[in-house]
Amino acid sequence: MTPALQLLGASARRGRLPVLIDVSLCVNPGEVLGVVGANGSGKTTLLRVALGLHPLHGGEARLAGRPVRGLSEAERAGLAGYLPQERRVGWNLPAWRVAALGAVHRAPVEAREAAFLALEEVGMAGLAERGVLDMSGGERARILLARLIATGAPLLAADEPAGGLDPDAQFLAMERLRARADAGAAVIATLHDLTLAARACDRLAVIAGGRLLAVGDPASALTPEVLAAAFALEGALIDSPAGPVLAAQRRTVSDLPPSVGVRGGSAEGRGGEV
Amino acid sequence: MRLSLALVVGLVVVIAIAVTFGETALSAWQYRQAFSDPASAPAEILWSIRAPRAIAAALVGAALGLAGATMQGLLRNPLADPGVLGVSGLAGLGAAVAIAGGLASLPGAVEAAALAGALVAGALVVTLAARLREPEALVLFGVALSAMGGALTALVFNLSPSPVTTAEVLSWLLGSVANRDWGDIGAALIPAGLGAALCAYAARGLRMLTLGEETAALSGLPMARLRAAAVAGAALLTGAAVAMAGVIGFVGLAAPHLVRGAVSDDPARTLVPSALAGAILLVAADLAARMIATDEELKLGVVTALFGAPLFALVAWRAARSWRA
Repeated sequence: MTPALQLLGASARRGRLPVLIDVSLCVNPGEVLGVVGANGSGKTTLLRVALGLHPLHGGEARLAGRPVRGLSEAERAGLAGYLPQERRVGWNLPAWRVAALGAVHRAPVEAREAAFLALEEVGMAGLAERGVLDMSGGERARILLARLIATGAPLLAADEPAGGLDPDAQFLAMERLRARADAGAAVIATLHDLTLAARACDRLAVIAGGRLLAVGDPASALTPEVLAAAFALEGALIDSPAGPVLAAQRRTVSDLPPSVGVRGGSAEGRGGEV
Repeated sequence: MRLSLALVVGLVVVIAIAVTFGETALSAWQYRQAFSDPASAPAEILWSIRAPRAIAAALVGAALGLAGATMQGLLRNPLADPGVLGVSGLAGLGAAVAIAGGLASLPGAVEAAALAGALVAGALVVTLAARLREPEALVLFGVALSAMGGALTALVFNLSPSPVTTAEVLSWLLGSVANRDWGDIGAALIPAGLGAALCAYAARGLRMLTLGEETAALSGLPMARLRAAAVAGAALLTGAAVAMAGVIGFVGLAAPHLVRGAVSDDPARTLVPSALAGAILLVAADLAARMIATDEELKLGVVTALFGAPLFALVAWRAARSWRA
């Protein structure tokens, strides 16, 4: 089976600063892969590099087995849908028109149809004619998720789909992405909430300082050692009736081994001490 | 669709009024003569003086309205218009340089210089738009370009050899569609038509940009090409308008604002109604400029600025109050 997304020793820079270092990773159809890491660890860059939105400095990025650099815009849109972190909507378009932008490369009638199906999927069909700027932040996030679903792409990449949402909406967003995976799509999502990530994803990729620290099912990826190195947290995933829960506290600076060169993690660890 | 139809009817009515009324009052018999005898004096007044003037105003208004709607869609900013991006400023500068350089007697030279100025501004904006993805950065660049155009135009005034030249440049910059003939209109139609076609091509890109650059980049649309088409189209339209009538502000700002609510904010569907609304606004403004009794006829650009500037303040005030993240 060809992975929907593949990074092979991918490196990237912002200016002269390396922001992604030798990352190899794949996302297969039918699975939800979560990308976790501290702020500034390179989660968003990883997505953007994989989608060809940020130039590679080394290695390769492939969509459905094809180098992303060689794809035309239309081909790339056929292989991947992207929900960026930026949620600003410029104009007060009706919800269905925003959702229809997911299928903008298709005929208008088809796009409209895909939009209404996607709105139904996120439970917003009743507000299809409402302007997106007249909605709450949570409702707007659902409309933008519907836009992603309406792409119908075999790979769905979502940058913090749960960011800024209330708990119920967070679970709903992940549940909808899971439904797409069950329908055969490959899903990659960056997440900040480790408990949510552990419950909602098949596999987790942990990155720190631009490097891939661990990949695997949540229990094997979020070990106490990885939590310490990537997040400066002391703790572990523990099982609960509702699923795994992260029980952790911040490590103090004196606990940190001097060898841990994690940019985001160590900075946050120091934050309280300064 | 229904909105555009209503606007077409409105435009026809306002043009008919502009052709019917003027400084010279005509009797009913003279109106009949204008239709029956093309060589008569009334026919001359209606078809060779008033009609081209009204059509020129409509064309300039439509070009500015369409350019404004395109700019606003591109920058996702309801305060954008050709003036804001510096396109009008450089077009005016082009005309000023041509007049001061003594090219005014050459037919079409001033117009060509204005168009060239607009295209230079357009090219600068296109080049920069590829580098700066943030619409805010582009607006700031436009402000700088406008200021630059203004400074260089002031320099032209400063260095101009005679007060006659200065007056000529100033008169151009104030904007007017008086004494335009059918030939002028034909000449402006070419760049304006090309610009309109480019804007129409860019329309779907403008709608996509509602969700920001990142989302648009992966939408499957050729965004770089659509963005370039939008800027080039707006520059051609603005250049054609400035070449025809000098620098006329605020129509590009006001027209999209007036129709946006009726098309549920959609930047693609704003284009055609904006062009029509711009045409109506400018024909009406020119009618006002002709009819308001003053010793010296009011300049069209002065009239639009008098009405437009308060509107600009109002739009800014509303935009600031309802600024939603």
